Amino acid sequence: MYQAIVFLPLLGAILAGIIALAGARARFPGKGPPPAAEESVAEPHHDTHAGHAHGHDAHAHEPAAVGSRTAELITTTLLLIAMILSWIAFVDVGFAHHDARVPVFTWIASGDLKIDWSLRIDTLTAVMLVVVNTISAFVHLYSIGYMEEDPYRPRFFAYLSIFTFFMLMLVTADNLVQMFFGWEGVGLASYLLIGFWYHKPEANAAAIKAFVVNRVGDFGFALGIFALFMLTGAVDLDTIFAQAPSLTAKTIWFIGWQADALTLICLLLFMGAMGKSAQFLLHTWLPDAMEGPTPVSALIHAATMVTAGVFMVARLSPLFELTPNAQTFVTFIGATTAIFAATIGLVQNDIKRIVAYSTCSQLGYMFVAMGCGAYSVGMFHLFTHAFFKALLFLGSGSVIHAMHHEQDIRHMGGLKERIPYTYIVMIIGTLALTGFPLTAGYFSKDAIIEAAFVGKNPMALYAFICTVTAALLTSFYSWRLIFKTFHGEPHDRKHWKDAHESPMTMLIPLGFLAGGSVLAGLPFKEVFAGKGVEGFFRESLTFAKTNSVLEDMHHIPLQIGLLPTAMMAIGFVIAWHFYIRRPDIPVELARQHDFLYRFLLNKWYFDELYEIIFVRPAKWIGHSLWKAGDGWLIDGFGPDGVSARVLDVTRNVVRLQTGYLYHYAFAMLIGAAAFITWFMFSAGIR
Amino acid sequence: MNWPILSVVTFLPLLGALFITFVRGNDNLAKGTARWVAMWTTLVTFAISLVMVVRFDPTSSEFQFSEKHPWMGVASYHMGVDGISLPFVILTTALMPICIIASWASIQKRVKEYMIAFLVLETLMVGTFSALDLVLFYLFFEGGLIPMFLIIGVWGGQRRVYASFKFFLYTLLGSVLMLLAIMAMYWDAGTTDIPALMRHGFPLGLQKWAWLAFFASFAVKMPMWPVHTWLPDAHVEAPTAGSVILAAILLKMGGYGFIRFSLPMFPSASHDFAPLIFTLSVVAIIYTSLVALMQEDVKKLIAYSSVAHMGFVTMGIFAATSQGVAGGIFQMISHGIVSGALFLCVGVVYDRTHTREIAAYGGLVNRMPVYAAIFMVFTLANVGLPGTSGFVGEFLALIGTFKNNVAVASIATFGVVLSAAYALWLYRKMIFGPLKPSMDGIKDIGLREAIIFAPLVVLTILFGVAPKPVLDMSAASVANLLNKYQSAIAAAKTAALIAQ
Repeated sequence: MYQAIVFLPLLGAILAGIIALAGARARFPGKGPPPAAEESVAEPHHDTHAGHAHGHDAHAHEPAAVGSRTAELITTTLLLIAMILSWIAFVDVGFAHHDARVPVFTWIASGDLKIDWSLRIDTLTAVMLVVVNTISAFVHLYSIGYMEEDPYRPRFFAYLSIFTFFMLMLVTADNLVQMFFGWEGVGLASYLLIGFWYHKPEANAAAIKAFVVNRVGDFGFALGIFALFMLTGAVDLDTIFAQAPSLTAKTIWFIGWQADALTLICLLLFMGAMGKSAQFLLHTWLPDAMEGPTPVSALIHAATMVTAGVFMVARLSPLFELTPNAQTFVTFIGATTAIFAATIGLVQNDIKRIVAYSTCSQLGYMFVAMGCGAYSVGMFHLFTHAFFKALLFLGSGSVIHAMHHEQDIRHMGGLKERIPYTYIVMIIGTLALTGFPLTAGYFSKDAIIEAAFVGKNPMALYAFICTVTAALLTSFYSWRLIFKTFHGEPHDRKHWKDAHESPMTMLIPLGFLAGGSVLAGLPFKEVFAGKGVEGFFRESLTFAKTNSVLEDMHHIPLQIGLLPTAMMAIGFVIAWHFYIRRPDIPVELARQHDFLYRFLLNKWYFDELYEIIFVRPAKWIGHSLWKAGDGWLIDGFGPDGVSARVLDVTRNVVRLQTGYLYHYAFAMLIGAAAFITWFMFSAGIR
Repeated sequence: MNWPILSVVTFLPLLGALFITFVRGNDNLAKGTARWVAMWTTLVTFAISLVMVVRFDPTSSEFQFSEKHPWMGVASYHMGVDGISLPFVILTTALMPICIIASWASIQKRVKEYMIAFLVLETLMVGTFSALDLVLFYLFFEGGLIPMFLIIGVWGGQRRVYASFKFFLYTLLGSVLMLLAIMAMYWDAGTTDIPALMRHGFPLGLQKWAWLAFFASFAVKMPMWPVHTWLPDAHVEAPTAGSVILAAILLKMGGYGFIRFSLPMFPSASHDFAPLIFTLSVVAIIYTSLVALMQEDVKKLIAYSSVAHMGFVTMGIFAATSQGVAGGIFQMISHGIVSGALFLCVGVVYDRTHTREIAAYGGLVNRMPVYAAIFMVFTLANVGLPGTSGFVGEFLALIGTFKNNVAVASIATFGVVLSAAYALWLYRKMIFGPLKPSMDGIKDIGLREAIIFAPLVVLTILFGVAPKPVLDMSAASVANLLNKYQSAIAAAKTAALIAQ
């Protein structure tokens, strides 16, 4: 069964990929001139909506690839099967305690290093299987409707399925290298999907940015693996975990710094998590990733891939539990991201970017839980967040679909009458995100804030303040989005009039996800954040003996428990006041605090900063090394210089033929002849 | 079963070349005959070399399929392969038919001579990897340059004279020094038999000088920084198949030489000079990756990326750990497939547009979807994505080096960030984006090109997912090599202690 869960999406991807290639080939056969109708693709694409070019429009006149429907049906059906199997596995592993190891075959074996392909099925994995396959199946289904005008659907579905496969390999990994395989694989799928509309320059740039920034994180991940192998002689999780306690006193000499081995390893591995989960400093790729189609944002950049970092820390809890310093750092980064991303979310105008910054911020929450040692609580938020954030993204997609690919909320307004169903599910998603009582987000988010409150590490208080404040900001920007999009006067009458509710293939997944956003909390509260954690997760998560966070959470003062809810209410009221009652206030505020407004609008100028300190110097150095290093120094004093001297000399001495080749052959022959002569001679003497 | 299979594999191409010299005329019939003869010769050679794979015993670290006959003076005709050299022999025989097919239509001038040059080259390359006598090795090793010169010089691009001259100057320096070292080794050991020399145990002083002399030759071949500048020019000017052979096989002679000679014959010197190699390797990885970022010529970019990838190889070899050496070997095999394929990819569009300028391309996916997919596979292998063969070699080399030198491995690992940047940038510029109007009529790959790429795509992914057969082939030989290396180092240390 587990093989089926993991490999069915791969099968779907391969089949859809073949259909996509065959279709594309049929469109542009190797022989004969291309059909005249295709030529307009080459025309420069003109922007209609405030700098946002949209993929559909450019291809709308192209006929759909042959076999589009087949590819959709194959991949979606396989994913639905995988989803059902995942839920069976979830119950079987989580509640019936049937853990499993499924060996596949040996991957790499060299000396004492042995790496197997194998599937590790325990509760932590089962939770991820459910999240990944459920969201992926709904996104597949939704995409049938959303991408219906796109001529390259088989390729799109192949990418979606291959992403799902890599993600499943990541979460079932039994060793760090297989995890790395999935890790980079989802990065590849993300790259392909962000750049799906490859004729858009911004999409291509965003795709490369995502891949390269992730590689910076992966650089740390790889070094972490190397260091663990050096110290334990293994890369598989069981051996590493068994040896971890004996590593506590060891040190590594790392770039002029005698570092505590485990702290260093955990920080390096966490660097990978920071890249994948778009945490502070390595977050810049996530907002740009919104250039991809919206279902992609929902699946990859909200529900699954970006949570891989959180999963990794949970998976490696036996290591992190031994390194308080690394945990402190995780808490710090998580808390900073939570508040930092929320501030940017306050002023953005692109509906998807608001949700993207919200994702960034919520991932910060999860890392706060991880850093405080409340691993199951972080996983709880990962679980609930997958539902409501996928819902918000797909809901936004429905809005965008209705508005003919308009994404700027300043051009929307009053949509609740035009697309009431979408409006309702967006409200549900927002309630869950802001932590409205009894919705899924309420349980998981409050649990994180409580964990931060009782957390023992030096950054816990900072994390508590950040997460509480971020809860206020989250509520504000979420309701701002709702009010500006659905309430008030329409800003663009024509678009508003043309707005239409989405087809059923899109609405059904929205309905399911809305259900999940409400129901994913309460029934699972006990096993993720209550008394049932130990019985549910068992050995898939490790809690040190001194770690009493989960116990302490139940004994917090009532005021603290109510604080997040109060923050949510305040945020709602402010947003309502600003955007329904007195819409002039935010405009006035932005004018008065122009600098602050611009600072936030431009995302704290991180892109500009990185451009100045990394991108431009790299290009400049590359250019200098090429021209000055290779060209002037090495060639100038090496071959060119030598040849110039040689030519100077030879010109004066003798007129040589142009035969550089004869030159060489001659030298070699002389050499060989002299050599052989010498041998024969010396051999004769003996 | 006692037929000299290794000699057959080595000299069969030469026989084919001889046959082509008897083809008269210069009309289409003669051209066609030359092509078909070359193709069948290389295919049969490849098939026979596969027999060696089947009959090879991977559990033994001994030289197999050995042949030894008296030759001239002390030098004997001694041939044989072990787990280290056999993969390179197979790589050579496997890529040759592909090169012949790739040149089918693009070479129209002096076809007979071209095919002869390639077949002679094959003999010399296989000979280099299977020679077990220093004199024999030297002849094969240096002789291989002559057909390569011809290929660049006769069928090359516009600046081929400059490129060949540069190549000439670099290699001349290396080969003269190596020749001197070979003489000195014979002087000391009284034999030129490679297995005997491996057992000989050279005095420390000689080890240093001989190591440096071999280093001069191999470093140029690899090429290592800073003697790499001939490579971009040679690649740019070479015809497609020439670039493939250059990148895939000729560069590997340097790495093979380090493993075959430097490590086992001069262990102490290798140990002492390892920091030098590490430094040059790391500089190569970072330096050439940064330079690659700024290239405007497709072939130059791939050439610089080759230098960076070879940096991982030298680093892994001199880390002298089992993962490092195995990673170095695997990286060379993988790079042979991947960079060869990348040059073939460039050849496909070059044949259609006759330009190597990156800026001239754009939006090719709109007309060449199958080509775009193939190019993507090799681009990903080039950036070392797990699941492709590019990952396995880099990963092993890095993990093997990390045990030995944390700082070196860490800096080298950063190279993977840069490789992602330049490789994906290249892909984006050429394949994605709106279609350039000048590219409108471009056709997707045809059947002949598909036949070339299919095995390469399959191998790239197969060796990425299941590299074990290749690793197993060389495992015993590598283990044996390192055992002897470690005990030689230990002995040298003890001797140094006693001397104190």
